[in-house]
Amino acid sequence: MDWGTLQKVLGGVNKQSTSIGKIWLTVLFIFRIMILVVAAESVWGDEQQDFVCNTLQPGCKNVCYDHFFPISHIRLWALQLIFVSTPALLVAMHVAYRRHEKKRQFRHGEKIDIEELKKEKFHIRGPLWWTYASSLFFRIIFEAVFMYVFYYMYDGYQMPRLMKCSAWPCPNIVDCFVSRPTEKTTFTIFMLAVSGICIVLNLAELCYLVLKACMKEPRKTT
Amino acid sequence: MNWAGLYTVLSGVNRHSTAIGRIWLSVIFIFRIMVLVVAAESVWGDEKSAFTCNTQQPGCNSVCYDHFFPISHIRLWALQLILVTTPALLVAMHVAYQQHQEKKLLVLTGHADAKHMEEVKKHKMRISGSLWWTYVCSVVFRLLFEAVFMYIFYMLYPGYQMMRLVKCEAYPCPNTVDCFISRPTEKTIFTVFMLVTSSICIVLNMAELIYLVVRACARRSHHNSNPSSGKGSFYGHKHSSEYKQNEINQLLTEQDGSLKDMLRRNSGLQEKGDRCSAC
Repeated sequence: MDWGTLQKVLGGVNKQSTSIGKIWLTVLFIFRIMILVVAAESVWGDEQQDFVCNTLQPGCKNVCYDHFFPISHIRLWALQLIFVSTPALLVAMHVAYRRHEKKRQFRHGEKIDIEELKKEKFHIRGPLWWTYASSLFFRIIFEAVFMYVFYYMYDGYQMPRLMKCSAWPCPNIVDCFVSRPTEKTTFTIFMLAVSGICIVLNLAELCYLVLKACMKEPRKTT
Repeated sequence: MNWAGLYTVLSGVNRHSTAIGRIWLSVIFIFRIMVLVVAAESVWGDEKSAFTCNTQQPGCNSVCYDHFFPISHIRLWALQLILVTTPALLVAMHVAYQQHQEKKLLVLTGHADAKHMEEVKKHKMRISGSLWWTYVCSVVFRLLFEAVFMYIFYMLYPGYQMMRLVKCEAYPCPNTVDCFISRPTEKTIFTVFMLVTSSICIVLNMAELIYLVVRACARRSHHNSNPSSGKGSFYGHKHSSEYKQNEINQLLTEQDGSLKDMLRRNSGLQEKGDRCSAC
C-alpha cells in the first residue's frame, strides 16, 4: 500500500468532484506527493547520519538529534497528505451508498444498465452536498493544523545550519550541524506554498458550493 | 506478494462486507498499512546502525540491541496487520464456495450460459445462515489478534514509550553501559499513532459484531412473528442442503421454474407466493 494505491483509490473520487476539486487533486498528487517521493525524501534521507556534533561523547548525537527533530519533516508531510486526502473517501462512500440505493430501487422495476449506473455522476445536492462540504471543511482544518504544527515544532520554517545542544550525555554546550540546511529550507518553503495553494483551492471550492446552493434556493422559491 | 497484493486480495472481500466492515478495511489500509509503509519504516530504518553504546567493546552494541529489541516494532506491526486482515479470507472462501454451489445448481437446471454465470459472480451475497457464522468468526478472530498483539507490545515495550537511554550490562559489555536509541520521540509518536488506530479498529470490529447479532435477532423475531413470509433467508440457509435439494426437485417437476426465482430465493429476497419447503 503506497502512494500509487492511494492515487487509484482517490482517482475514483475525482469523477464526483467539482472542477476546483479536480484541480486540487491534481495539485495534491503532482506538486506534493510526487515532489515528496522523488525529491524531498532524498534530501532528508541522510538527516541523522549526517547530523554531526562537535563531540566524541557516545550518545550525544542521538540525543541532540532527537531533541531538535522530534518528528521529521518527511513523516509530518506524509501524515499531512494522508489526513488531507482521506475526507474525499467520505464522499466516495456516500456516492457508493447512493448507487446502492438506486440499484435497490430499480431491482423490482425496469432493468437498468449496471455499467451505466457505475459510471453515472451524481449531482452534488442534498445530503451529498453536506458530505462534500464537510469533507472540504475537514481538509482545510487538517491543512491548517499541520501548518501550525510545523511552525510550532520548528520555530518558523527555516532550517538552521547550527544548533547548540546541552542535553545529557553531552558534556557541555555542543555545536551540532544539520545536513543540507538550505536545500531543506527550500523544500519546506515549497511544500508550505503548495499547502497554502491547496487551502485557497479548498476555500474557493467551499465558496463555490455555498454560492451554487444559495443560487438554487431563490430559484426554487420564485 | 506485498502490501499491494494483499490490498488486491482483500478488495474482493469488500463487496460482501457490511458498511462497518468496509470502513474497517479503509482504516486498515490507509491509516495503518500506508502509514507503516510510507512513514514508520523509514523511522525504524536505522534503528540498529544508529543504536550507540558508550563503549568500544566489540559485540556489546549488538548484544544490547538484541536484549532490548527482541523483535522490532515494524516487524510486529507487519505480523499484526497480516494476521488481522487474514480472517477476511475465510469469508472470501465461503462466498466462493456458495457461488460454486449456485453455479452447480445452474448447470443442473440447464441454465449454465455465460450471462447467468456472470450474474452469479457479480451478485452480492447476503450475510445470513452459515455465511453469518463464518463472518462472525472472522470478526471474533480479528478482535482476538488485535488484542493479543496489543498485549505483546505492552509486554515487550512497557508503557509504549521509547526511552532515549537504556542501561545494558549483558556480556561482553564490561560493566553497566549507556546505550542511546535513535529517534525515540518520533518512534513514540508513531507507536502511539498505531496504538490509537488499532483501538479504533477494535471498536469498529465490536460495533460490527453487535450489528450482526442485532440484525440476526431482528430477522429471527420477524420470521417468528411472520412465518409465512417465505423470505427463507436465515432458515433457508440453515437447512441449505435440504433447501437446495427441495429446490432442485421443485424445478425438475415445475415446467416454468425461472432461474431468477431460484437466485432470488437463494439470496433471500422476498418473492410473492414462494413455496419454501425448508422454512
